[in-house]
Amino acid sequence: MRIPILRLGDILLTSIQVDLTDAEVMQFQTDVLHAIADIEARGLVIEITALEVVDSFMARTINDTANMAQMIGAEVVVCGMRPAVALTLIEMGRGLIGVETTFNLNEGLARLNKKIAQRGDSSLTDDEDAV
Amino acid sequence: MTVPPEAAEFTIPIRDSTDVLRARGSARELAARLKLGSADQTRLATAVSELTRNILQYAGEGTCTIINASDDHQRCIRVIVEDHGPGIPDIPLALRDGYSTGGGLGAGLPGVQRLMDEFQITSQPGHTCLTMAMNRPRTPFT
Repeated sequence: MRIPILRLGDILLTSIQVDLTDAEVMQFQTDVLHAIADIEARGLVIEITALEVVDSFMARTINDTANMAQMIGAEVVVCGMRPAVALTLIEMGRGLIGVETTFNLNEGLARLNKKIAQRGDSSLTDDEDAV
Repeated sequence: MTVPPEAAEFTIPIRDSTDVLRARGSARELAARLKLGSADQTRLATAVSELTRNILQYAGEGTCTIINASDDHQRCIRVIVEDHGPGIPDIPLALRDGYSTGGGLGAGLPGVQRLMDEFQITSQPGHTCLTMAMNRPRTPFT
């Protein structure tokens, strides 16, 4: 199954709600990066409230995806990590490195919009208005 | 996920990453049935995920056996992960933080060891067996 990537203005919104096989995780990574590049998205939200298990592979992939998205120009926020998941990752000696996290989607969007505003570049909607 | 309700023990063949999901889902289901807390359910499922993924990465295929070893005094879930791959040449090294041969970040085995209460490895070329267990005392409600 493919993870839907929703567009919300110049932000892309994804929510991982089921356990993914390795192939699905890698597909997700590719899909997200292409979607960002296609619309030159200013921000990406990865919502993981429903994920009950994040093993080191999944943690690394989320981390890599976020860093890749940042590398091509989008701000990234991961939101909704469950306490038990955070606890397990840290006990294992893992974590998300260089990725902003928020409690929930609402805060995630607020954080992203703030970061995008700080960058000072024109948003896609502004561009469209100008045309 | 399908866990035989009263089975004391069941074995899941591990051949691809859907089997990893099945194994960790089954472990989690058993933990929930034994009324382990959500943190423990996640610890156990994550540990099973790490070890069964190691099978795919290093041995290609193997098995994961999940055992309800609870008794009157404690709830115990034992997990045995076995494969017939090349084996772990240096176990103390594999248990050291930051060490990995498989392109991971090297928190696999030491990470799992920290999540579980018991953790043992026997390994030789052609047979590797990792046994781990989570033990929790019984409470009046469990």
